[in-house]
Amino acid sequence: MFEEVGTTTEGDIIINVGPQHPATHGVLHLVITLNGETIKKVEPHLGYIHRSIEKMCESLSYRQFIYVTSRMDYLSSHINNHACALCVEKGLQVEVPPRAQVIRVLMDELTRIASHELWWGAMAMDLGAFTPFFHAFRERESINDIMEETCGARLTMNYMVPGGVMQDLHPNFQKKVKEFMQLYKRKIHEYDELVTGNIIFQNRMKNVGYLSAEDAVSYGCSGPAARGSGVSCDIRKIYPYEIYDKLEFDEVLETGGDSFARYMVRIREMQQSIHIIEQLIDNIPEGDFQAKTKAVLKLPKGEFYTRVETARGELGVYIVSEGGTTPYRIKFRSPGFSNLSVLDHIARGSKLGDLVAMMGTLDLVIPDIDR
Amino acid sequence: MSNEELKVKITELLPAATFEEGGEWLTTNIEPKDWLPLAQQLRNDDSLYFDYLFCLTCIDWKTHLTMVYHLSSTKYRHNIVIKSKLDRSNPEIETVSHIWRTAEFHEREVYEMFGVNFLNHPDLRLLILPDGWEGKNPLRKDFEDPINMIKL
Repeated sequence: MFEEVGTTTEGDIIINVGPQHPATHGVLHLVITLNGETIKKVEPHLGYIHRSIEKMCESLSYRQFIYVTSRMDYLSSHINNHACALCVEKGLQVEVPPRAQVIRVLMDELTRIASHELWWGAMAMDLGAFTPFFHAFRERESINDIMEETCGARLTMNYMVPGGVMQDLHPNFQKKVKEFMQLYKRKIHEYDELVTGNIIFQNRMKNVGYLSAEDAVSYGCSGPAARGSGVSCDIRKIYPYEIYDKLEFDEVLETGGDSFARYMVRIREMQQSIHIIEQLIDNIPEGDFQAKTKAVLKLPKGEFYTRVETARGELGVYIVSEGGTTPYRIKFRSPGFSNLSVLDHIARGSKLGDLVAMMGTLDLVIPDIDR
Repeated sequence: MSNEELKVKITELLPAATFEEGGEWLTTNIEPKDWLPLAQQLRNDDSLYFDYLFCLTCIDWKTHLTMVYHLSSTKYRHNIVIKSKLDRSNPEIETVSHIWRTAEFHEREVYEMFGVNFLNHPDLRLLILPDGWEGKNPLRKDFEDPINMIKL
Protein backbone atom coordinates (compact mmCIF):
# COMPACT_ATOMS: atom_id res chain seq x y z
CA MET A 1 0.00 0.00 0.00
CA PHE A 2 2.81 2.42 0.76
CA GLU A 3 5.10 1.91 -2.21
CA GLU A 4 3.48 4.96 -3.81
CA VAL A 5 5.49 7.11 -1.44
CA GLY A 6 8.52 6.42 -3.59
CA THR A 7 6.94 7.85 -6.73
CA THR A 8 6.02 11.22 -5.28
CA THR A 9 8.11 14.32 -5.12
CA GLU A 10 9.44 15.83 -1.95
CA GLY A 11 6.92 17.62 0.19
CA ASP A 12 3.93 15.59 -0.95
CA ILE A 13 1.63 14.07 1.60
CA ILE A 14 -0.05 10.70 1.24
CA ILE A 15 -3.28 10.24 3.11
CA ASN A 16 -5.61 7.28 3.31
CA VAL A 17 -9.35 7.85 3.17
CA GLY A 18 -11.12 4.71 4.22
CA PRO A 19 -11.64 1.78 4.07
CA GLN A 20 -13.70 2.80 7.10
CA HIS A 21 -14.69 6.37 6.45
CA PRO A 22 -18.16 7.89 6.73
CA ALA A 23 -17.90 9.78 3.41
CA THR A 24 -17.19 6.68 1.34
CA HIS A 25 -20.49 5.03 2.35
CA GLY A 26 -18.91 1.65 2.51
CA VAL A 27 -15.51 0.09 2.44
CA LEU A 28 -13.76 2.08 -0.25
CA HIS A 29 -10.10 2.84 0.26
CA LEU A 30 -8.65 5.90 -1.45
CA VAL A 31 -4.96 6.69 -1.33
CA ILE A 32 -4.66 10.39 -1.99
CA THR A 33 -1.47 12.22 -2.88
CA LEU A 34 -1.59 15.82 -1.77
CA ASN A 35 0.53 18.83 -2.35
CA GLY A 36 -0.50 21.14 0.43
CA GLU A 37 -4.24 20.96 0.13
CA THR A 38 -4.32 20.28 -3.61
CA ILE A 39 -5.02 16.78 -4.85
CA LYS A 40 -2.34 15.36 -7.15
CA LYS A 41 -3.66 11.85 -7.44
CA VAL A 42 -6.51 9.71 -6.13
CA GLU A 43 -5.96 6.00 -6.25
CA PRO A 44 -8.79 3.67 -5.32
CA HIS A 45 -8.00 0.33 -3.71
CA LEU A 46 -10.95 -1.96 -4.12
CA GLY A 47 -11.98 -5.39 -2.98
CA TYR A 48 -12.90 -4.96 0.68
CA ILE A 49 -16.40 -6.21 -0.07
CA HIS A 50 -15.62 -8.35 -3.11
CA ARG A 51 -17.72 -11.52 -2.95
CA SER A 52 -16.88 -12.80 -6.40
CA ILE A 53 -20.51 -12.77 -7.45
CA GLU A 54 -19.58 -13.60 -11.06
CA LYS A 55 -17.84 -16.82 -10.01
CA MET A 56 -20.63 -17.69 -7.59
CA CYS A 57 -23.22 -17.35 -10.35
CA GLU A 58 -21.39 -19.96 -12.43
CA SER A 59 -22.55 -22.63 -9.99
CA LEU A 60 -26.09 -21.33 -9.52
CA SER A 61 -29.13 -22.08 -11.66
CA TYR A 62 -30.85 -19.42 -13.75
CA ARG A 63 -33.51 -19.03 -11.07
CA GLN A 64 -31.07 -18.85 -8.18
CA PHE A 65 -28.46 -16.42 -9.48
CA ILE A 66 -30.91 -13.53 -9.58
CA TYR A 67 -31.04 -13.42 -5.79
CA VAL A 68 -27.32 -12.86 -5.50
CA THR A 69 -27.54 -9.80 -7.72
CA SER A 70 -29.72 -7.96 -5.19
CA ARG A 71 -26.54 -7.72 -3.14
CA MET A 72 -24.63 -5.82 -5.81
CA ASP A 73 -26.23 -2.42 -5.99
CA TYR A 74 -28.42 -2.90 -2.96
CA LEU A 75 -30.15 0.45 -3.45
CA SER A 76 -31.53 -0.59 -6.84
CA SER A 77 -31.96 -4.28 -6.17
CA HIS A 78 -35.22 -4.39 -8.15
CA ILE A 79 -33.46 -3.08 -11.22
CA ASN A 80 -30.57 -5.54 -10.85
CA ASN A 81 -33.06 -8.41 -10.65
CA HIS A 82 -34.91 -6.93 -13.58
CA ALA A 83 -31.78 -6.89 -15.75
CA CYS A 84 -31.03 -10.54 -14.96
CA ALA A 85 -34.62 -11.62 -15.54
CA LEU A 86 -34.63 -9.81 -18.90
CA CYS A 87 -31.42 -11.52 -19.93
CA VAL A 88 -32.73 -14.99 -19.06
CA GLU A 89 -35.99 -14.21 -20.85
CA LYS A 90 -34.03 -13.14 -23.91
CA GLY A 91 -32.40 -16.57 -23.96
CA LEU A 92 -35.62 -18.46 -23.31
CA GLN A 93 -37.63 -16.21 -25.66
CA VAL A 94 -40.41 -15.90 -23.11
CA GLU A 95 -43.08 -13.25 -23.52
CA VAL A 96 -43.75 -11.41 -20.28
CA PRO A 97 -47.46 -10.73 -19.56
CA PRO A 98 -48.46 -7.03 -19.74
CA ARG A 99 -49.41 -6.93 -16.07
CA ALA A 100 -45.96 -8.13 -15.06
CA GLN A 101 -44.33 -5.55 -17.33
CA VAL A 102 -46.24 -2.70 -15.72
CA ILE A 103 -45.53 -4.00 -12.22
CA ARG A 104 -41.84 -4.22 -13.07
CA VAL A 105 -41.67 -0.66 -14.36
CA LEU A 106 -43.58 0.64 -11.32
CA MET A 107 -41.17 -1.13 -8.99
CA ASP A 108 -38.16 0.13 -10.93
CA GLU A 109 -39.29 3.72 -10.72
CA LEU A 110 -40.15 3.49 -7.01
CA THR A 111 -36.68 2.05 -6.48
CA ARG A 112 -35.13 4.87 -8.45
CA ILE A 113 -36.87 7.44 -6.24
CA ALA A 114 -35.86 5.60 -3.06
CA SER A 115 -32.26 5.37 -4.25
CA HIS A 116 -32.07 9.05 -5.16
CA GLU A 117 -33.66 9.97 -1.82
CA LEU A 118 -30.98 8.12 0.05
CA TRP A 119 -28.28 9.65 -2.13
CA TRP A 120 -29.67 13.12 -1.51
CA GLY A 121 -29.77 12.71 2.26
CA ALA A 122 -26.39 11.06 2.50
CA MET A 123 -24.71 13.55 0.21
CA ALA A 124 -26.03 16.52 2.16
CA MET A 125 -24.80 14.81 5.31
CA ASP A 126 -21.33 14.46 3.79
CA LEU A 127 -21.30 18.18 3.20
CA GLY A 128 -22.17 18.81 6.83
CA ALA A 129 -25.95 19.22 6.77
CA PHE A 130 -27.53 16.55 8.92
CA THR A 131 -31.22 17.52 8.72
CA PRO A 132 -31.81 16.57 5.04
CA PHE A 133 -30.97 12.99 5.93
CA PHE A 134 -34.11 12.76 8.07
CA HIS A 135 -36.25 14.44 5.43
CA ALA A 136 -35.05 11.99 2.81
CA PHE A 137 -35.63 8.99 5.00
CA ARG A 138 -39.15 10.12 5.83
CA GLU A 139 -40.20 9.68 2.18
CA ARG A 140 -37.98 6.70 1.60
CA GLU A 141 -39.60 4.85 4.48
CA SER A 142 -43.00 4.93 2.84
CA ILE A 143 -41.50 3.41 -0.33
CA ASN A 144 -39.87 0.71 1.77
CA ASP A 145 -43.22 0.00 3.43
CA ILE A 146 -44.86 -0.40 0.01
CA MET A 147 -42.09 -2.77 -1.03
CA GLU A 148 -42.34 -4.75 2.17
CA GLU A 149 -46.04 -5.40 1.69
CA THR A 150 -45.69 -6.68 -1.85
CA CYS A 151 -42.22 -8.22 -1.94
CA GLY A 152 -41.71 -9.17 1.71
CA ALA A 153 -38.42 -7.34 1.95
CA ARG A 154 -37.26 -3.78 2.35
CA LEU A 155 -33.86 -3.78 0.72
CA THR A 156 -32.99 -6.99 -1.11
CA MET A 157 -36.32 -7.56 -2.81
CA ASN A 158 -35.75 -10.61 -5.08
CA TYR A 159 -39.15 -9.95 -6.59
CA MET A 160 -38.46 -10.26 -10.31
CA VAL A 161 -38.20 -13.80 -11.65
CA PRO A 162 -37.73 -15.06 -15.21
CA GLY A 163 -41.15 -14.72 -16.83
CA GLY A 164 -42.61 -12.01 -14.63
CA VAL A 165 -42.76 -11.24 -10.93
CA MET A 166 -42.82 -13.62 -8.00
CA GLN A 167 -46.29 -12.86 -6.66
CA ASP A 168 -49.15 -10.51 -7.35
CA LEU A 169 -49.35 -7.00 -5.94
CA HIS A 170 -50.63 -6.53 -2.41
CA PRO A 171 -54.26 -5.24 -2.41
CA ASN A 172 -53.07 -2.04 -0.70
CA PHE A 173 -50.44 -1.30 -3.34
CA GLN A 174 -52.30 1.25 -5.43
CA LYS A 175 -53.68 3.08 -2.40
CA LYS A 176 -50.28 3.24 -0.71
CA VAL A 177 -48.48 4.44 -3.84
CA LYS A 178 -51.04 7.21 -4.31
CA GLU A 179 -50.62 8.24 -0.69
CA PHE A 180 -46.88 8.30 -1.18
CA MET A 181 -47.18 10.52 -4.24
CA GLN A 182 -49.41 12.92 -2.34
CA LEU A 183 -46.84 13.07 0.44
CA TYR A 184 -43.99 13.47 -2.01
CA LYS A 185 -45.62 16.33 -3.87
CA ARG A 186 -46.34 18.11 -0.59
CA LYS A 187 -42.74 17.75 0.55
CA ILE A 188 -40.67 18.13 -2.60
CA HIS A 189 -40.32 21.90 -2.21
CA GLU A 190 -38.57 21.30 1.12
CA TYR A 191 -35.70 19.71 -0.77
CA ASP A 192 -35.06 22.83 -2.74
CA GLU A 193 -35.61 25.12 0.23
CA LEU A 194 -33.31 23.13 2.48
CA VAL A 195 -30.48 22.31 0.12
CA THR A 196 -30.69 23.25 -3.55
CA GLY A 197 -31.15 26.97 -3.05
CA ASN A 198 -28.75 27.18 -0.13
CA ILE A 199 -25.88 29.50 -1.00
CA ILE A 200 -23.28 27.59 1.03
CA PHE A 201 -24.32 24.39 -0.68
CA GLN A 202 -24.18 25.97 -4.12
CA ASN A 203 -20.73 27.38 -3.51
CA ARG A 204 -19.50 23.96 -2.53
CA MET A 205 -21.03 22.26 -5.58
CA LYS A 206 -20.65 24.67 -8.46
CA ASN A 207 -17.45 24.46 -10.54
CA VAL A 208 -16.34 21.45 -8.52
CA GLY A 209 -15.35 18.23 -10.20
CA TYR A 210 -15.77 19.35 -13.79
CA LEU A 211 -16.25 16.48 -16.25
CA SER A 212 -16.48 17.18 -19.97
CA ALA A 213 -18.88 15.26 -22.18
CA GLU A 214 -16.04 13.68 -24.14
CA ASP A 215 -14.27 12.45 -21.00
CA ALA A 216 -17.54 11.15 -19.55
CA VAL A 217 -17.99 8.90 -22.58
CA SER A 218 -14.34 7.88 -22.73
CA TYR A 219 -14.32 6.90 -19.06
CA GLY A 220 -17.47 4.87 -19.58
CA CYS A 221 -19.59 6.99 -17.24
CA SER A 222 -23.31 6.45 -17.40
CA GLY A 223 -26.42 7.51 -15.58
CA PRO A 224 -26.67 10.89 -13.85
CA ALA A 225 -22.87 11.16 -13.72
CA ALA A 226 -22.74 11.36 -17.53
CA ARG A 227 -26.05 13.17 -18.03
CA GLY A 228 -24.75 15.99 -15.84
CA SER A 229 -22.23 16.57 -18.62
CA GLY A 230 -24.90 16.57 -21.31
CA VAL A 231 -24.29 13.05 -22.59
CA SER A 232 -27.53 11.45 -23.63
CA CYS A 233 -27.20 7.93 -22.25
CA ASP A 234 -30.53 6.94 -20.70
CA ILE A 235 -30.99 3.29 -21.71
CA ARG A 236 -34.73 3.63 -21.12
CA LYS A 237 -34.81 6.10 -24.01
CA ILE A 238 -32.07 4.82 -26.31
CA TYR A 239 -32.63 1.08 -26.16
CA PRO A 240 -36.09 0.83 -24.54
CA TYR A 241 -37.00 -2.34 -22.70
CA GLU A 242 -40.37 -3.44 -21.24
CA ILE A 243 -42.90 -0.67 -21.84
CA TYR A 244 -40.62 2.35 -21.58
CA ASP A 245 -41.10 3.22 -25.26
CA LYS A 246 -44.84 3.72 -24.64
CA LEU A 247 -44.38 6.00 -21.65
CA GLU A 248 -44.06 9.71 -21.66
CA PHE A 249 -41.03 11.01 -19.81
CA ASP A 250 -38.01 13.19 -20.49
CA GLU A 251 -34.40 12.25 -20.38
CA VAL A 252 -32.94 14.68 -17.88
CA LEU A 253 -29.86 16.43 -19.20
CA GLU A 254 -27.74 19.16 -17.65
CA THR A 255 -24.82 20.77 -19.38
CA GLY A 256 -22.83 22.13 -16.46
CA GLY A 257 -20.63 19.07 -16.04
CA ASP A 258 -19.88 19.98 -12.42
CA SER A 259 -21.13 18.45 -9.19
CA PHE A 260 -24.11 20.78 -9.12
CA ALA A 261 -25.23 19.62 -12.58
CA ARG A 262 -25.07 15.98 -11.49
CA TYR A 263 -27.02 16.92 -8.39
CA MET A 264 -29.73 18.63 -10.44
CA VAL A 265 -30.04 15.62 -12.78
CA ARG A 266 -30.98 13.38 -9.89
CA ILE A 267 -33.38 15.88 -8.37
CA ARG A 268 -35.18 16.28 -11.70
CA GLU A 269 -35.06 12.56 -12.39
CA MET A 270 -37.11 11.88 -9.27
CA GLN A 271 -39.88 14.06 -10.69
CA GLN A 272 -39.75 12.15 -13.99
CA SER A 273 -40.10 8.90 -12.08
CA ILE A 274 -43.15 10.29 -10.29
CA HIS A 275 -44.52 11.23 -13.70
CA ILE A 276 -44.04 7.65 -14.96
CA ILE A 277 -45.73 6.18 -11.89
CA GLU A 278 -48.67 8.57 -12.36
CA GLN A 279 -49.22 7.23 -15.87
CA LEU A 280 -49.22 3.62 -14.74
CA ILE A 281 -50.71 3.42 -11.28
CA ASP A 282 -54.33 3.53 -12.49
CA ASN A 283 -53.64 1.50 -15.62
CA ILE A 284 -52.30 -1.79 -14.32
CA PRO A 285 -53.74 -4.37 -16.72
CA GLU A 286 -55.48 -7.44 -15.36
CA GLY A 287 -54.11 -10.87 -16.11
CA ASP A 288 -51.22 -13.11 -15.19
CA PHE A 289 -48.28 -11.75 -13.28
CA GLN A 290 -45.97 -14.49 -14.48
CA ALA A 291 -45.53 -16.35 -17.75
CA LYS A 292 -45.49 -20.13 -17.63
CA THR A 293 -41.91 -21.35 -17.58
CA LYS A 294 -40.36 -24.74 -16.96
CA ALA A 295 -39.28 -25.62 -13.43
CA VAL A 296 -35.67 -26.07 -14.55
CA LEU A 297 -34.53 -23.40 -16.96
CA LYS A 298 -32.03 -24.20 -19.69
CA LEU A 299 -30.71 -21.45 -21.91
CA PRO A 300 -29.72 -22.38 -25.46
CA LYS A 301 -26.06 -22.24 -26.38
CA GLY A 302 -25.10 -18.68 -27.09
CA GLU A 303 -24.50 -15.26 -25.61
CA PHE A 304 -27.06 -12.86 -24.24
CA TYR A 305 -26.57 -9.27 -23.20
CA THR A 306 -29.08 -6.88 -21.69
CA ARG A 307 -28.66 -3.27 -20.73
CA VAL A 308 -30.88 -1.48 -18.24
CA GLU A 309 -30.81 1.87 -16.53
CA THR A 310 -30.34 1.59 -12.77
CA ALA A 311 -30.37 4.55 -10.43
CA ARG A 312 -26.62 4.88 -10.95
CA GLY A 313 -26.36 4.25 -14.67
CA GLU A 314 -26.06 1.49 -17.16
CA LEU A 315 -26.06 -2.06 -15.83
CA GLY A 316 -25.11 -4.73 -18.33
CA VAL A 317 -25.70 -8.43 -17.80
CA TYR A 318 -23.71 -10.70 -20.10
CA ILE A 319 -24.54 -14.40 -19.97
CA VAL A 320 -22.51 -16.96 -21.88
CA SER A 321 -24.42 -20.22 -22.03
CA GLU A 322 -23.24 -23.66 -23.04
CA GLY A 323 -26.79 -25.01 -23.04
CA GLY A 324 -26.76 -26.18 -19.44
CA THR A 325 -28.76 -25.23 -16.37
CA THR A 326 -26.11 -22.86 -15.06
CA PRO A 327 -24.35 -20.01 -16.87
CA TYR A 328 -20.89 -20.82 -18.22
CA ARG A 329 -19.73 -17.30 -17.59
CA ILE A 330 -21.56 -14.25 -16.38
CA LYS A 331 -20.36 -10.68 -16.35
CA PHE A 332 -22.00 -7.74 -14.65
CA ARG A 333 -21.02 -4.44 -16.14
CA SER A 334 -21.74 -2.34 -13.09
CA PRO A 335 -22.20 1.41 -13.44
CA GLY A 336 -20.31 2.18 -10.24
CA PHE A 337 -17.08 0.59 -11.42
CA SER A 338 -16.80 2.86 -14.45
CA ASN A 339 -18.06 5.91 -12.58
CA LEU A 340 -15.39 5.41 -9.92
CA SER A 341 -12.64 5.29 -12.54
CA VAL A 342 -13.30 8.92 -13.42
CA LEU A 343 -12.78 10.12 -9.83
CA ASP A 344 -9.01 10.49 -10.22
CA HIS A 345 -9.49 12.50 -13.40
CA ILE A 346 -11.98 15.00 -11.98
CA ALA A 347 -10.31 15.32 -8.59
CA ARG A 348 -6.83 16.28 -9.80
CA GLY A 349 -6.04 19.85 -9.05
CA SER A 350 -8.94 20.48 -6.69
CA LYS A 351 -8.88 20.89 -2.97
CA LEU A 352 -9.16 17.97 -0.60
CA GLY A 353 -12.34 19.37 0.92
CA ASP A 354 -14.08 19.19 -2.45
CA LEU A 355 -13.42 15.48 -2.85
CA VAL A 356 -16.46 14.66 -0.77
CA ALA A 357 -18.69 16.72 -3.06
CA MET A 358 -17.33 14.84 -6.08
CA MET A 359 -17.68 11.41 -4.55
CA GLY A 360 -21.18 12.29 -3.38
CA THR A 361 -22.41 13.26 -6.82
CA LEU A 362 -20.88 10.21 -8.51
CA ASP A 363 -23.17 8.25 -6.16
CA LEU A 364 -20.79 5.40 -5.48
CA VAL A 365 -22.21 2.23 -3.98
CA ILE A 366 -19.30 0.04 -3.01
CA PRO A 367 -20.85 -3.45 -3.31
CA ASP A 368 -21.77 -2.46 -6.85
CA ILE A 369 -18.15 -1.58 -7.64
CA ASP A 370 -16.60 -4.65 -6.05
CA ARG A 371 -19.31 -7.20 -6.90
CA MET B 1 -25.34 1.74 -39.45
CA SER B 2 -27.11 -1.59 -39.54
CA ASN B 3 -25.30 -4.83 -38.77
CA GLU B 4 -24.95 -5.59 -42.48
CA GLU B 5 -23.43 -2.20 -43.26
CA LEU B 6 -21.06 -2.58 -40.32
CA LYS B 7 -20.04 -5.98 -41.63
CA VAL B 8 -19.10 -4.52 -45.00
CA LYS B 9 -17.20 -1.68 -43.37
CA ILE B 10 -15.25 -3.95 -41.00
CA THR B 11 -14.35 -6.31 -43.86
CA GLU B 12 -12.99 -3.29 -45.71
CA LEU B 13 -10.87 -2.26 -42.73
CA LEU B 14 -9.72 -5.76 -41.84
CA PRO B 15 -10.21 -8.47 -44.48
CA ALA B 16 -9.03 -11.17 -42.06
CA ALA B 17 -11.98 -10.60 -39.69
CA THR B 18 -14.60 -13.33 -39.40
CA PHE B 19 -18.16 -12.89 -38.23
CA GLU B 20 -20.51 -14.86 -35.99
CA GLU B 21 -24.14 -15.16 -36.94
CA GLY B 22 -27.18 -15.08 -34.73
CA GLY B 23 -26.32 -12.48 -32.13
CA GLU B 24 -28.20 -9.29 -31.47
CA TRP B 25 -25.15 -7.27 -32.43
CA LEU B 26 -22.51 -7.88 -35.05
CA THR B 27 -19.88 -10.16 -33.52
CA THR B 28 -16.43 -9.98 -35.06
CA ASN B 29 -13.55 -12.37 -34.45
CA ILE B 30 -10.07 -11.01 -34.91
CA GLU B 31 -6.47 -11.97 -34.20
CA PRO B 32 -4.92 -10.27 -31.12
CA LYS B 33 -2.26 -8.61 -33.30
CA ASP B 34 -4.96 -6.84 -35.36
CA TRP B 35 -6.72 -5.42 -32.33
CA LEU B 36 -4.86 -2.16 -31.74
CA PRO B 37 -5.02 -0.84 -35.35
CA LEU B 38 -8.65 -1.90 -35.64
CA ALA B 39 -9.52 -0.27 -32.30
CA GLN B 40 -8.02 3.02 -33.46
CA GLN B 41 -10.05 2.91 -36.66
CA LEU B 42 -13.25 1.99 -34.83
CA ARG B 43 -12.81 4.97 -32.56
CA ASN B 44 -11.59 7.53 -35.09
CA ASP B 45 -13.43 6.67 -38.31
CA ASP B 46 -16.17 9.26 -38.79
CA SER B 47 -18.76 6.81 -40.04
CA LEU B 48 -18.13 4.33 -37.19
CA TYR B 49 -17.33 6.57 -34.20
CA PHE B 50 -17.37 3.88 -31.50
CA ASP B 51 -16.60 6.17 -28.59
CA TYR B 52 -18.16 4.19 -25.75
CA LEU B 53 -16.61 0.94 -24.57
CA PHE B 54 -19.40 -0.29 -22.34
CA CYS B 55 -18.13 -3.73 -21.49
CA LEU B 56 -14.72 -5.37 -21.51
CA THR B 57 -14.34 -8.88 -20.24
CA CYS B 58 -12.79 -12.27 -20.80
CA ILE B 59 -14.07 -15.83 -20.98
CA ASP B 60 -12.07 -18.92 -20.06
CA TRP B 61 -12.86 -21.74 -22.51
CA LYS B 62 -10.41 -24.15 -20.82
CA THR B 63 -8.46 -24.50 -24.10
CA HIS B 64 -8.05 -20.78 -24.71
CA LEU B 65 -9.19 -17.40 -23.42
CA THR B 66 -11.45 -15.05 -25.35
CA MET B 67 -11.35 -11.31 -24.85
CA VAL B 68 -14.73 -9.67 -25.47
CA TYR B 69 -15.16 -5.96 -26.15
CA HIS B 70 -18.62 -4.41 -26.40
CA LEU B 71 -18.56 -1.08 -28.18
CA SER B 72 -21.24 1.49 -28.78
CA SER B 73 -21.47 4.80 -30.53
CA THR B 74 -23.14 7.71 -28.74
CA LYS B 75 -23.52 9.46 -32.10
CA TYR B 76 -25.00 6.73 -34.32
CA ARG B 77 -26.26 4.37 -31.57
CA HIS B 78 -24.90 1.27 -33.25
CA ASN B 79 -23.16 -1.50 -31.32
CA ILE B 80 -20.50 -4.06 -32.11
CA VAL B 81 -18.84 -6.93 -30.30
CA ILE B 82 -15.18 -7.69 -30.92
CA LYS B 83 -13.70 -11.00 -29.82
CA SER B 84 -10.16 -12.17 -29.83
CA LYS B 85 -8.78 -15.59 -28.99
CA LEU B 86 -5.79 -15.64 -26.68
CA ASP B 87 -3.31 -18.37 -25.88
CA ARG B 88 -4.18 -19.71 -22.42
CA SER B 89 -0.62 -20.27 -21.23
CA ASN B 90 0.66 -16.86 -22.30
CA PRO B 91 -2.29 -14.52 -22.91
CA GLU B 92 -1.20 -11.18 -24.31
CA ILE B 93 -3.05 -8.36 -26.07
CA GLU B 94 -2.43 -4.68 -26.61
CA THR B 95 -4.08 -2.29 -24.20
CA VAL B 96 -6.70 0.14 -25.47
CA SER B 97 -6.72 2.28 -22.33
CA HIS B 98 -5.38 5.29 -24.25
CA ILE B 99 -8.29 5.05 -26.75
CA TRP B 100 -11.07 4.40 -24.25
CA ARG B 101 -9.99 5.49 -20.78
CA THR B 102 -12.48 3.18 -19.08
CA ALA B 103 -10.39 0.24 -20.33
CA GLU B 104 -7.69 1.05 -17.79
CA PHE B 105 -9.78 -0.21 -14.85
CA HIS B 106 -11.49 -2.98 -16.77
CA GLU B 107 -8.17 -4.31 -18.06
CA ARG B 108 -6.76 -4.31 -14.56
CA GLU B 109 -9.74 -6.39 -13.47
CA VAL B 110 -9.25 -8.87 -16.33
CA TYR B 111 -5.52 -8.98 -15.59
CA GLU B 112 -6.04 -10.14 -12.02
CA MET B 113 -9.07 -12.34 -12.64
CA PHE B 114 -7.80 -14.09 -15.80
CA GLY B 115 -4.09 -13.33 -15.93
CA VAL B 116 -4.22 -11.57 -19.28
CA ASN B 117 -1.16 -9.42 -19.85
CA PHE B 118 -2.10 -6.10 -21.45
CA LEU B 119 0.90 -4.79 -23.33
CA ASN B 120 1.78 -1.11 -22.78
CA HIS B 121 -0.84 -0.69 -20.06
CA PRO B 122 0.13 2.35 -17.97
CA ASP B 123 -0.53 0.80 -14.57
CA LEU B 124 -1.09 -2.95 -14.68
CA ARG B 125 -1.44 -3.92 -11.00
CA LEU B 126 -3.94 -5.73 -8.83
CA LEU B 127 -7.08 -3.66 -8.32
CA ILE B 128 -9.56 -5.77 -6.39
CA LEU B 129 -7.51 -8.68 -5.05
CA PRO B 130 -5.18 -8.18 -2.07
CA ASP B 131 -1.41 -8.06 -2.46
CA GLY B 132 0.21 -11.41 -3.06
CA TRP B 133 -2.48 -12.84 -5.31
CA GLU B 134 -0.42 -12.69 -8.49
CA GLY B 135 -0.48 -15.91 -10.44
CA LYS B 136 -3.77 -17.27 -9.09
CA ASN B 137 -6.61 -16.10 -11.30
CA PRO B 138 -9.98 -16.60 -9.60
CA LEU B 139 -12.23 -16.45 -12.65
CA ARG B 140 -10.32 -19.12 -14.54
CA LYS B 141 -12.13 -22.43 -14.59
CA ASP B 142 -9.29 -24.37 -12.97
CA PHE B 143 -8.97 -22.02 -10.00
CA GLU B 144 -8.88 -23.95 -6.75
CA ASP B 145 -10.62 -22.31 -3.84
CA PRO B 146 -9.08 -23.89 -0.75
CA ILE B 147 -11.61 -22.64 1.78
CA ASN B 148 -14.56 -23.20 -0.56
CA MET B 149 -15.86 -19.70 -0.16
CA ILE B 150 -17.05 -18.98 -3.67
CA LYS B 151 -18.64 -22.22 -4.75
CA LEU B 152 -22.00 -22.70 -3.10
